[in-house]
Amino acid sequence: MKKFASLLIAGSALIGCAGLAHAEAEKDAKAISYSFEGPFGKFDKAQLQRGYKVYQTVCANCHSMKFVAFRNLADRGGPGFTDAQVKALAATFKVSETDSKGDTKDRDGMASDYFPSPALATIAGLGAIPPDLSLITKAREGWHGTFNQLLNNVGGPQYVYSLLTGYEDPPKGVAPIEGKYYNPYFTSGVWISMPPQLTDGLVKYDDDTKPTVDQMAKDVSAFLAWTAEPKMEERKQTGLEVLVYLLILAGLLYAVKRKIWAAIH
Amino acid sequence: MSGPSKYQPTSAVGKWFHERLPIVAFAKDHALDFPTPKNLNYWYTFGGILAVMLVVQIITGIVLVMHYTPHVDMAFASVEHIMRDVNYGWMLRYLHMNGASMFFIAVYIHMFRGMYYGSYKAPREVLWMIGVIIYLVMMATAFMGYVLPWGQMSFWGAKVITNLFSAIPFVGPEITTWLWGGYSVDNPTLNRFFSLHYLLPFVLAGIVFLHIWALHVVGNNNPTGISVKSDKDTVPFHPYYTLKDGFAIVVFLIFYAAFVFYGPNYMGDAVNYVQANPLATPEHIKPEWYYLPFYAILRSINNKLLGVVAMFSSILILLFLPWLDTSRVRSGKYRPIFKLEFWVFCVVCVALGFVGAQKPNDTLSWIGFLLTLYYFAHFIIFLPLMGLLEQPKRLPNSISEDVLAHSHGKLAAAE
Ligand code: HEC
Ligand code: HEM
Repeated sequence: MKKFASLLIAGSALIGCAGLAHAEAEKDAKAISYSFEGPFGKFDKAQLQRGYKVYQTVCANCHSMKFVAFRNLADRGGPGFTDAQVKALAATFKVSETDSKGDTKDRDGMASDYFPSPALATIAGLGAIPPDLSLITKAREGWHGTFNQLLNNVGGPQYVYSLLTGYEDPPKGVAPIEGKYYNPYFTSGVWISMPPQLTDGLVKYDDDTKPTVDQMAKDVSAFLAWTAEPKMEERKQTGLEVLVYLLILAGLLYAVKRKIWAAIH
Repeated sequence: MSGPSKYQPTSAVGKWFHERLPIVAFAKDHALDFPTPKNLNYWYTFGGILAVMLVVQIITGIVLVMHYTPHVDMAFASVEHIMRDVNYGWMLRYLHMNGASMFFIAVYIHMFRGMYYGSYKAPREVLWMIGVIIYLVMMATAFMGYVLPWGQMSFWGAKVITNLFSAIPFVGPEITTWLWGGYSVDNPTLNRFFSLHYLLPFVLAGIVFLHIWALHVVGNNNPTGISVKSDKDTVPFHPYYTLKDGFAIVVFLIFYAAFVFYGPNYMGDAVNYVQANPLATPEHIKPEWYYLPFYAILRSINNKLLGVVAMFSSILILLFLPWLDTSRVRSGKYRPIFKLEFWVFCVVCVALGFVGAQKPNDTLSWIGFLLTLYYFAHFIIFLPLMGLLEQPKRLPNSISEDVLAHSHGKLAAAE
């Protein structure tokens, strides 16, 4: 009983302190859900393909994605493009190469090339450096709190979604800042240097999904969840096999242990 | 280890070898026949769990090194290469990353178990002190490991912690420069941390050997805290504890696997997925969860040097625990006041951890300060006093009597 009471005290102390956890952004991310959540969740291939298109047509103008290569688009557990599609996608880009004589030449992109980074000229004068997006959904938290994150994940994809759809007029009495945009979901203050990016119909989807702002934000944030964690499906699948194996092993060990200990008193 | 070895080589070759190197006898005596109190509960399985975790960290670490590049320009990318291109690289890395957390969960349970059952008391003082040294080396190892992926928190964590040494009077700044190998945390720092991060786990393995040696000289403590009196009190380690520990280890691995495969980044800091940038300080620098109580103690005192002294003392004081506790009775089970105070102390430690995780503000600094006071009072005031003032409950006459009483109690209840 006493033990129980002390556990209770410990528990309430934990929850009390967790409540103090600060929020970095003015607002927590919107808690939308994705197909890839939960222990059995998988990426929605069509969504990743749409997200790729949003990324390439919009975000890639300013943001790099250094850790992802075109070939990855055909990897298992990813957007599921075919090898031929990947080749074609890569070939729409030009890659400049320096040969042994020191001459620079442009060639068509190949599946093995990494995503090209935007030209420096485009991103100069934006007021802040657009971060590389490869890992962005793992590098940001949508909400805080030890227990909150244990139950609801860290909310990285939701953060990106909320950022893209969260631009607002500044509240009354708050003077606008030249070259900055008001966004209460942004982690570092409410003024972000990235202008609002999405408008209805901005990207022409290849399937018959309607390219609304909300849809594009969902698709591109799902795509960024994949770029940050491309082995997620393999991880969960392996995890299932490992857990089943360990559970059976634990059961067997427990049975043998009980049998052997039965005679000891 | 009591009594002569029971090992009798059966073959001629076995006999020949035994006379030259009695390693088989050694292994049999210590891993199979070792007499172990028969009343050890599951809190006693964490020693075995820790040994397994050390092996897991060493194996995953060695394979990670095959693909990792210790250079400030390449470290972050090489870890991403492991995550994306190396076969099962993501698994190795998540095993290693979460393995460190699991290692600390196990060591904390192991240590608090020792405090509750008075396992540090005579004749186990040296065993306990070796344990404290293991804990210190573990902390150093994990700290340097965390720097290797060269994320934002790797860099700034290293900077904050190494900067603490600059608080040492007169020679502080020189020591910090010496630690860094330059005027800031940079490539030389990463290189030396990498070297030491590879070395220290093997030092740990050596100290763990001493720890087990010391254990096998004095024997296990047990939940009653009374010493083994006859053969009736013990069972051979194998098969009784190989199976009990084995079961506990597998259950622990299930817990570990749940994080590795379903929440691999839960215990880490998101900011460490941003590559280190010496020009951009993260908004909130905080160490990994297992250091947070000490980080809270460090920040609870408004003077850098005193804070550093308090932080190091809070760990080193554990070395003196055997002499700070004045009680004749080992196990907390028979100490009504201690038992209560022990749980309060546990809550204080957890609360310190939560304070350490927050951005500092005035109220929290006060809470942190009071908790720090309690932490030290536990060792310097409460433990010595409680041992003198409290009236312990009656102890059972022997381990086997206690075990019998319990099983009879159960039988009586069932009837
Ligand atoms: C006109 C250039 C531009 C385009 C196009 C652009 N961004 Fe950005 N983005 C920026 C800049 C500049 C920043 C840095 C903002 C700051 O730090 O204030 C940024 C920052 C971000 C951040 C990080 C915010 C944080 O928490 O630090 C995310 C996420 C992001 N952009 C996502 C996107 C996505 C998704 C797209 C495509 C839909 C996109 N961006 C298109 C310029 C751009
Ligand atoms: C006591 C045992 C050990 C502990 C507690 C430990 C702890 C850690 C920690 C906390 C990290 C950072 C993980 C991350 O955030 O990515 C790390 C990284 C690393 N460790 Fe260890 N480690 C141990 C043993 C070893 C050994 C024995 C080796 C090699 C022989 C090793 C090699 C590495 C490498 C290469 C990295 C960088 C890759 C990475 O960050 O994942 N570790 N270690």
